[in-house]
Amino acid sequence: MTTTGHRGLDHEEPLIFEQDSPGLSGVDLPLPKGGPDRLGGLGRSRPLGLPGMAEPQVVRHFTRISQRNYAIDAGMYPLGSCTMKHNPRLNEKVVRLPGLGDLHPLQPVRTVQGALRLVDTLAHWLKTLCGMPAVALSPAAGAHGELCGLMTIRAAHEARGDARRKVLVPESAHGTNPATAALCGYDVDPIPANDRGRLDLAAFKAKLDGSVAALMLTNPNTCGLFEDQVIEAADLVHRAGGYFYCDGANFNAIVGRVRPGDLGVDAMHINLHKTFSTPHGGGGPGSGPVVLSAALAPYAPVPYVVHDKGGFRLIESDPKAFGRIRAFHGQMGMFVRALSYMMSHGGDGLRQAAEDAVLNANYVMARLGDLLSPAFLGPCMHECLLDDHALKDTGVTTLDIAKALIDEGFHPMTVYFPLVVHGAMLIEPTETESKASVDQFIAAMRALALRAKSGDAEFFHESPTLAPRRRLDETSAARHPVLRWRPPAPPAAAAE
Amino acid sequence: MRYLPLTETDRKSMLAAIGVRSVDDLFVDVPATARRAGPVGLPSFQGEIEVERAFQAFARENLGTGSAPSFLGAGAYRHHVPASVDALIQRGEFLTSYTPYQPEVSQGTLQALFEFQTLVAMITGMDVANASMYDGASGTAEAALMANRVTRRKRAVVSGGLHPHYRETIATYARYSDFQVDLAPPDPTATEDLAARIDATTSAVVVQYPGFFGQIRDLAPLAAKVHAAGALLIVVVTEVVALGLLKTPGEMGADIVVAEGQGLGNQLGFGGPYLGLFATRDSFVRQMPGRLAGATVDVEGRRGWVLTLATREQHIRREKATSNICTNSGLCALAFTIHLTLLGEAGFARLARLNHEAAMALAERLGQVAGVTVVNDTFFNEIAVRLPKPAAAVVDDLVDAGILGGVPVSRLYPSEPALADLLLVAATEVNTPDEIERLAKALAEVLS
Amino acid sequence: MSARRYTKDHEWIIVDGDIATVGITDFAQEQLGDVVFVDLPAIGKEVTKGGEAAVVESVKAASEVYAPIAGTVVAVNDGLAGEPAKVNAEPFGGGWFMKLKVKDPSELDGLLDEAAYRAFVAESH
Repeated sequence: MTTTGHRGLDHEEPLIFEQDSPGLSGVDLPLPKGGPDRLGGLGRSRPLGLPGMAEPQVVRHFTRISQRNYAIDAGMYPLGSCTMKHNPRLNEKVVRLPGLGDLHPLQPVRTVQGALRLVDTLAHWLKTLCGMPAVALSPAAGAHGELCGLMTIRAAHEARGDARRKVLVPESAHGTNPATAALCGYDVDPIPANDRGRLDLAAFKAKLDGSVAALMLTNPNTCGLFEDQVIEAADLVHRAGGYFYCDGANFNAIVGRVRPGDLGVDAMHINLHKTFSTPHGGGGPGSGPVVLSAALAPYAPVPYVVHDKGGFRLIESDPKAFGRIRAFHGQMGMFVRALSYMMSHGGDGLRQAAEDAVLNANYVMARLGDLLSPAFLGPCMHECLLDDHALKDTGVTTLDIAKALIDEGFHPMTVYFPLVVHGAMLIEPTETESKASVDQFIAAMRALALRAKSGDAEFFHESPTLAPRRRLDETSAARHPVLRWRPPAPPAAAAE
Repeated sequence: MRYLPLTETDRKSMLAAIGVRSVDDLFVDVPATARRAGPVGLPSFQGEIEVERAFQAFARENLGTGSAPSFLGAGAYRHHVPASVDALIQRGEFLTSYTPYQPEVSQGTLQALFEFQTLVAMITGMDVANASMYDGASGTAEAALMANRVTRRKRAVVSGGLHPHYRETIATYARYSDFQVDLAPPDPTATEDLAARIDATTSAVVVQYPGFFGQIRDLAPLAAKVHAAGALLIVVVTEVVALGLLKTPGEMGADIVVAEGQGLGNQLGFGGPYLGLFATRDSFVRQMPGRLAGATVDVEGRRGWVLTLATREQHIRREKATSNICTNSGLCALAFTIHLTLLGEAGFARLARLNHEAAMALAERLGQVAGVTVVNDTFFNEIAVRLPKPAAAVVDDLVDAGILGGVPVSRLYPSEPALADLLLVAATEVNTPDEIERLAKALAEVLS
Repeated sequence: MSARRYTKDHEWIIVDGDIATVGITDFAQEQLGDVVFVDLPAIGKEVTKGGEAAVVESVKAASEVYAPIAGTVVAVNDGLAGEPAKVNAEPFGGGWFMKLKVKDPSELDGLLDEAAYRAFVAESH
């Protein structure tokens, strides 16, 4: 233990509220004139309680706490289903260009023709890669895209007087799928997976009738597998008068090799923050454009961009559109970054990226398969799914492996998802990891597997020991939630 | 291809280790009819030089608010963002990390979120705030849904002073989530009587503060009536800087406060990504959507942070979750946190006061222009002015004078002819007296 | 007071006169792990046999608690709000969930007795 509590480069850093020097500010602003106001007597008389700090203190604070984060810049981050790939800095540069970063969403359309051309170019790339005729760009994230897609489907059914109540969702689906369907007013009917980790087509058929609005299927699915009967499933749902919503979270595995439009997809959101590498930023912002089939395109929400002789126009109201799901036009900052990423790769590079992502995942599977237990046979797509059978009777759990990986210098893989696999470990190396990096990860995983099997459970239960914090007490956090800082009670009040 | 580290030699040895001949063998599960062998019909890869050139060309075809006097507001505001904000959010540890699911290696993001939640609770005058929503509009729709859960009723009364995009967003969510909305007509003078619309089925009353047309009203009397009817008061703030000067919504009796946080730390960026702030009372926290960071200790008793109360969320509750939301606006929330921390108590109040003084100067000067009537009796940094002709045409003429002169209300209310002559004009700390003078002169010319 | 009876969803019920006390079993609390929150019904709520009556949450799971029989909620265990850990420590005692005014005593006949419940747990897990 050091006198300061710091440990070398790892600094203990108090909250900003605990560093308050009343009256200080890190921003020098002109002196207001003072005098009467036009606030209608609603000016605030009490302080808010914000801390006062000078700029150097603020910069140091956020620098210090940043150093307590793992990041893709610093190492391999194989979080399955999250796609933590390299975030090119060119994209950060172009998004801040004057003339892009400083555009107001409600400027006259003739002053933003370049922005609209950019949006239209992005749309062209997405439609071409998906083989689909339209794209709704406004959704702010993947789950928001799901909502947009299901609202489009409900609007299309209602437009033909065919109200439907049910959405079929595989049990392996991400939680957002059933949550979205419920938010959109549908009953959720789960479909089991077969023993090959894919949609159980017989069970699906048995549930298919005139009340089904949509099949909501992730492809490649959450087990990292391509749904090999996807075309049959699409045909079946179409024949029953429903639509095929594809969760495109894993589109990054097949870009340039498979077009969702060729699979019978009617609507699919694309997570620009995954497939096209807009940074995750510690949890957003994301962006979830939804590609649409010709049948659904007329119901897409406002606003959208059209191009005619007079140039680009924004359609901001349209009676056929199902409505609006946010203010303004969409996550423009993400559009800029994603287009920069796509143009940098080109059509050829995007295909190569998908192939390398799949290659890296299969390589991990091949090199770990003898010591750990792949959940399903056969090649995987961009992520490798293990279950915890190999850890049986070792006293070591999936969570323990994850925590031990932290001490090895890696971010853990996704654990306990998908729910259909016991003790799931979902590993997604992505195409931006070198072979040397993947080999080091494999070596660490093999060493951990051997150590678990050698009976050294205690080691795992103690880990991590080298991270800024060891295991945190999530139970007490949930039992007695402390969700904000509050000033300590003044001594006089405490004595009362 | 600069982003792909595998060499041809690597690929060959990896395929051999897997035991397949080519990468095609890894795609065998794709139905044959859907496999695409040829090129995808898009341009080939490009270096930084070419890509940057292409984006500069996009940028040149626009007139940025940094290149012309700009008075645009209506839910998105241009403010000065201190240089250190952008430098800090571009640190790779913040920019290139994921949602803090593994708390031991995510304490930086978690501590920043805890600070963010506290700041949002402080400026809204509420007990507790979440880790952010997509934007103000979708956050407002989520607030209406939350009020339905809390009150077990399904009818929201929506003010005519609420931003039209927010009104449309609530109405859209309502149509598909099967609840009712009662949209009061647009209300430029802020004289509507919302209490008359409340009944025993009302779940929430949604008002904006300051209103879309810039007016500021004391919400305490309305709050009392809303609460007497067993409903919740949702207060929406689209210009967060206003909270530097105004009474907090919490002080006036708000049950849920939703705000668009773009105005602090975040660039205009043509409308997104933005930042939804969401705050409420302690007693409603389990009905709140979105992520929450909470304090705890590690096994050695050291203070730390985790994501908590996750059982509200979709990954556990699935179709019974409080919302389908799965992400927040993490990096925008961080930018907001850094900017507000830099400002501090004194700086935030001063920034807000400067905005208000700029708008007072604007209102006074535009009021002197022949044919222009200022509608507002109260305002923060944005006013509605009535013009003798359609505002959209005037704004277009102002562009010819090199000025981004405001937002015509008809842009957001295209089918309300009575509002066609209204122009929303905002001034912030970045607008100089000279710019205001230029606007007034150009406006006089356009109207003459 | 009747003998304790059980459901296949791992609730228990004990009847005293026309008032039944309901909780979750030791097996259920162990499966769930540390209980962090219990969402109890409002007093006066009518519950149906097998209908959702409460929700019990651990850090990473939320489970519905179903009413073993139909009835009206006449009391809930307010102590669980401050001390949800009681569900883990004393599932059959201080960790009870709610009291119901029994609607139809014959519904109790279909429930498992202790031996049958033990056999059910042993067989299915």
